[in-house]
Amino acid sequence: MAKAESAGMGMNKTGIGTAPRLSKEMIESSRTGPVSQGNSGTPADLRAQYIRQGNNVGSVPPPTSMKGVAKSALQALKGEKAIVLIDKLAERLAFERTGTRLYETLIQKAHAIETGNGKVVAGLERICQEELSHFHMLWGCLEKLGADPTVETPSADVSALASQGIPKVLADPRTTLAQCFEAILIAELVDNDAWERLIDLANGFNQTDMVQQFRQALSQEAEHLAFIHGCLTKEINREAGISS
Amino acid sequence: MALDLMKEKGVPLEEQLLSFNWRDMVQLPVSKLDDDAFTKVRIILMNGIESEQLRFKHVCGRMNEHLQLALAQVRRVEQFQQTTINWLLPADMSPLEITLGYEQVAIEVTASIAQNEPDPYLAQVYRFGLLEDFDHLYRYSALYERTEGKDPNNILQSYTDILPGRPTAEEHRAPEDDLRNYYKCSSAAPITKMNAYTLVGGEYQTHDFYMTIGPMFSDPLARQLYAEIAAIEEQHVTQYESIIDPNESWLEKWLLHEANEVYNYMSCQQYETNAKVKAIWDRFLDYELGQLHFVIDLFKKHENRDPAEVLPPELPEPIRYESHRQFVREVLEKEVHLRARGTEFVDKEDANSPSVQHRQALNQHGAPSEIVAQGYRWMPGTELIQKKSAA
Repeated sequence: MAKAESAGMGMNKTGIGTAPRLSKEMIESSRTGPVSQGNSGTPADLRAQYIRQGNNVGSVPPPTSMKGVAKSALQALKGEKAIVLIDKLAERLAFERTGTRLYETLIQKAHAIETGNGKVVAGLERICQEELSHFHMLWGCLEKLGADPTVETPSADVSALASQGIPKVLADPRTTLAQCFEAILIAELVDNDAWERLIDLANGFNQTDMVQQFRQALSQEAEHLAFIHGCLTKEINREAGISS
Repeated sequence: MALDLMKEKGVPLEEQLLSFNWRDMVQLPVSKLDDDAFTKVRIILMNGIESEQLRFKHVCGRMNEHLQLALAQVRRVEQFQQTTINWLLPADMSPLEITLGYEQVAIEVTASIAQNEPDPYLAQVYRFGLLEDFDHLYRYSALYERTEGKDPNNILQSYTDILPGRPTAEEHRAPEDDLRNYYKCSSAAPITKMNAYTLVGGEYQTHDFYMTIGPMFSDPLARQLYAEIAAIEEQHVTQYESIIDPNESWLEKWLLHEANEVYNYMSCQQYETNAKVKAIWDRFLDYELGQLHFVIDLFKKHENRDPAEVLPPELPEPIRYESHRQFVREVLEKEVHLRARGTEFVDKEDANSPSVQHRQALNQHGAPSEIVAQGYRWMPGTELIQKKSAA
């Protein structure tokens, strides 16, 4: 039977209190033993040597289509600075696509744990569908701008790098629903913040249609955040035996 | 211009050892997004070629006391060469993205080798292995899309098809069906030896990589898939190792390892598009020539033989670092049904053959490679493009 509780009393061995005699010896040897003096410069110096070489993770390619709507849309944008918008649209697209998969994984876990709470699963399924529709909507936005929506842009790449731990938590068969809600809460917090900035950016480029679509997406994301926040609180309270 | 192995002396070994420092070995990596997929293919393969040098030379040292110091001297330089190369991979490539790169190496390099191989039996061996790695790419792509939610073609850059090959679940064979006939060292063409040595290095490192990163995944499906495909890579090492003539002496094998490194660096140099990486191939090609001549002297001294008996005057045609899509498709169409019986390839296995039994035992609770890719078809932007979403 799958575990429903995040923490139970057990044989955790990571603290010094588990092994009083060994830890006493350990502390004594560390207190009296030598430390490395280090004479090869500082970590900051070493890192600066690489940072100052000025490389970045990659670039945004030029638009693939310069016809019709795309051409006029691009002209309306401010020259080369349009790549900032394209980069950020592609970042959101990648995030929403990965988000769809994250929710699929979470739904599978909720089913496997047999929470008995149909509302939670139904809520997760709705979010999963909305993440997918955001992905499709952003795909359309990039196409309208004449940009290639299949490109992984630098912001998409770095954003995925920053959130690499989330799918790992969700897919681990040992993690509980509460632990998974906590992980996906990180994604939802980032997502809400990113949609707000994307609206500002689209506004700055006078993309009124996009602004409208993005506001609707943000309102859905705010519901996602509230739902996950609520699920997490309920789950922790349940584990702690506190009535909510 | 062809390289004359006897005349080109390269950089003397003693100069090589003192030419490394940590900053030089740990350079800024290449770009996952902007560099060509084949730059990463070359980096991955050359890491495998260098790791094979360390592996071979350690075993050689255990069996040959009189060579231990010389082996240690060359190994030290190769350790630093491997570090310089492998550390070119960027940290924004996830282990699964690097895995896609490994399978692209296995497909495109093996396809080039299969077409360059003059021995028809060995060419068949390579085509047989190719279709298996081709299938691995399909299974890992499904895993990548369905867990990381990303498009595998961002890594492959449209050079390599993402389609099923010989199904991974059917690639599990009994050991007796993984051994092949070996080339005869006295009569085999130089390219035949280069091909075999290259693929052993490539497949061995693929196996070791999967065995290292497999447990780093939390998803039980990913953990099972890596376990399954690592098992096939072990079979591939068995297959490719067995085509090398075991009658070559230790020093002859060492000499061929060095020649193979020269051959591979030369191939990389001819195709490289990243100037910084090309400079590394240029530099290490000169190092390898130096190492080759170091071993030529040992070969003359200890075996009292003419190295020209083993080495060709000129290196064969390089590995072609380009898409071999058409060739792979033809092989897929004509040979995907082939199975192995002993050292031969057959149209159909016996129902009670040791390989069938082996496979049935392994797959009795289902094969992860089948589970992960059920209904999977790659399309630009991932399969989610076609999935209907809420209004």
